[in-house]
Amino acid sequence: MLLTIAKRLVTVIPTLIGVVIVTFLLTRVLPGDPAVYFAGPAATPESIAEIRKSLGLDRSLPDQFVRYVNDLAHGNFGNSLSTGQPVAREIASRLPASAELTLFGLFLSIAIAVPLGIIAAVKQGSWVDHLCRVIATAGVSLPVFFTGLLLVYFFYFKLGWSPAPLGRLDAFATSPKDITGFYLIDTLLTGDFATFRSAFSQLILPAATLGIFSLAPIARMTRASMLAVLASEFIRTARASGLSDRRVILTYAFRNAMLPVVTTLGMVFSFLLGANVLVEKVFAWPGIGSYAVEALLQSDFAPVQGFVLTMAVLYVALNLIIDMLYGVIDPRVRIEA
Amino acid sequence: MSEAGAVVPPAAEVSSKRPSDSILGHARYVMTENPVTGMSFGLFAIIVLCAVIGPYVVPYDPLASDTAAALQPPSLRHLFGTDLLGRDIFSRVIAATRLDFGIALASVALVFVMGGFAGISAGFFGGWTDRIVGRISDTIMAFPLFVLAMGIVAALGNTVTNIVIATAIINFPLYVRVARAEANVRRNAGFVQAARLSGNGELRILLWHILPNIMPIMMVQVSLTMGYAILNAAGLSFIGLGVKPPTPEWGIMVAEGATNIISGEWWVAFFPGLALMIAVFCFNLLGDGLRDLVDPQRRT
Repeated sequence: MLLTIAKRLVTVIPTLIGVVIVTFLLTRVLPGDPAVYFAGPAATPESIAEIRKSLGLDRSLPDQFVRYVNDLAHGNFGNSLSTGQPVAREIASRLPASAELTLFGLFLSIAIAVPLGIIAAVKQGSWVDHLCRVIATAGVSLPVFFTGLLLVYFFYFKLGWSPAPLGRLDAFATSPKDITGFYLIDTLLTGDFATFRSAFSQLILPAATLGIFSLAPIARMTRASMLAVLASEFIRTARASGLSDRRVILTYAFRNAMLPVVTTLGMVFSFLLGANVLVEKVFAWPGIGSYAVEALLQSDFAPVQGFVLTMAVLYVALNLIIDMLYGVIDPRVRIEA
Repeated sequence: MSEAGAVVPPAAEVSSKRPSDSILGHARYVMTENPVTGMSFGLFAIIVLCAVIGPYVVPYDPLASDTAAALQPPSLRHLFGTDLLGRDIFSRVIAATRLDFGIALASVALVFVMGGFAGISAGFFGGWTDRIVGRISDTIMAFPLFVLAMGIVAALGNTVTNIVIATAIINFPLYVRVARAEANVRRNAGFVQAARLSGNGELRILLWHILPNIMPIMMVQVSLTMGYAILNAAGLSFIGLGVKPPTPEWGIMVAEGATNIISGEWWVAFFPGLALMIAVFCFNLLGDGLRDLVDPQRRT
């Protein structure tokens, strides 16, 4: 098992190198001169040259790349042009908000999609099966920002069940003590149930938006792989041996059917991390996505670069975790190593 | 995968023998075989029609504002209502079709050429070509795709052209994978060896013998990614990239209507969002239908 992990970790290295090169190239090679922007409209050629020198833009590309990697290694993502704050600190402080939203959305989606897919496969042709098919086709066509707005309209304006879509807490609540950065967990740890309620009611709509978005691929995959497993011979044997339906489906079929679903999770995460940006914009969620969007609109490149890099590293790490999950679910993977 | 590859070439060769009636017959078969696919073809025709003549037939100028008639709910005068500046939303939604469809079409065409060529070269030549192309597409896949698109647009500059380029780049790995697999299956097929034996150069074989044979499956890929391309472009303009405000475009119209949603004027964001959803839905159905026909083994 340890050997598998080590082998898998080694394959991450070229990917990470590729990611760093791409994020570097995005700023340095492409047109547009940060020094001109930095210097402002009243700049003289001398002041631009000076700024270029202070930013290290007058050096050769390989030299700049070495400096960039060196900065990254020291956790320095540069400073935001508009606020002057270090990007790394800003991203670190906003990351829990995004992570809480994305993970809770994924949790909701798995909690609905997996049982739905199983029932659809077990009772093929039933209304659950048809529902599953409709969701799988319609779900991939829904623009995530549009779903979010529809939910806001119904649950905030029409029904008045949820609070205004403005961030993680309503105006009267104070943010909980920072332990994990996840408000739901922090408020429970400190026993602050009023704030927990506030945080939960703010979180549920954006998380549901993300959940609806990722429902389709997970439900579709669960159904397809459950169908394939249920048709296999070991299931026939299990049934012939007189095991109960419940046991055959949940113990034998489910575990085997989960492998392709876990693989799909990699793709789902790619979509989720992107969709996260849009959902944060709709719900004014103070995560790294809305930070990057604000910076983008002001042509402030360092935060965007830091954001892209953070997201890519997160995504690589998530894929790594997914691969590890294989070993937990499927003993054959462990033996092969 | 390999079986599917082996099934396709004969079909393609048969249809190339009698192009005149087989193309028509095939098209009719495609439409009638599955009613859902037929419906999506109908929707597709409407979208194309809106894109081509839409801006000329809409009842109001999509850019003309009329502050006296701001934020009116849908009525017979204004089918989809009016927005904050009193512009007719129906006219704007129809007029926007051209831009949205155009962005998606341009980006898909771009990636079709880039990804298709890189993919068949990788599959056909193997070796270093394969390794380099594979490394490039692996690196792209290492990013969450929408995030990479944001980064590319930010770096290249905030224009519609760059949205097209970014959308093409994030679709690159998908095209490479399909083209590479299909070309790889055929690199030593009988007809390729025959062509080689009669003295054709490798590049000529690639372009004149391999490429036509993988066209059907590449076209399926085009219709499957069209929907994603539209969603992606609309998402980018929703966060304020690319398309500038007065221009009618579905993503930016939803963004403009987002503030009205909270005060109950749902129609400002709803109709452009609905148009976007229908367009994406249509392309996804179309892609699924085409895939079932070209490659029955992958039917779900």
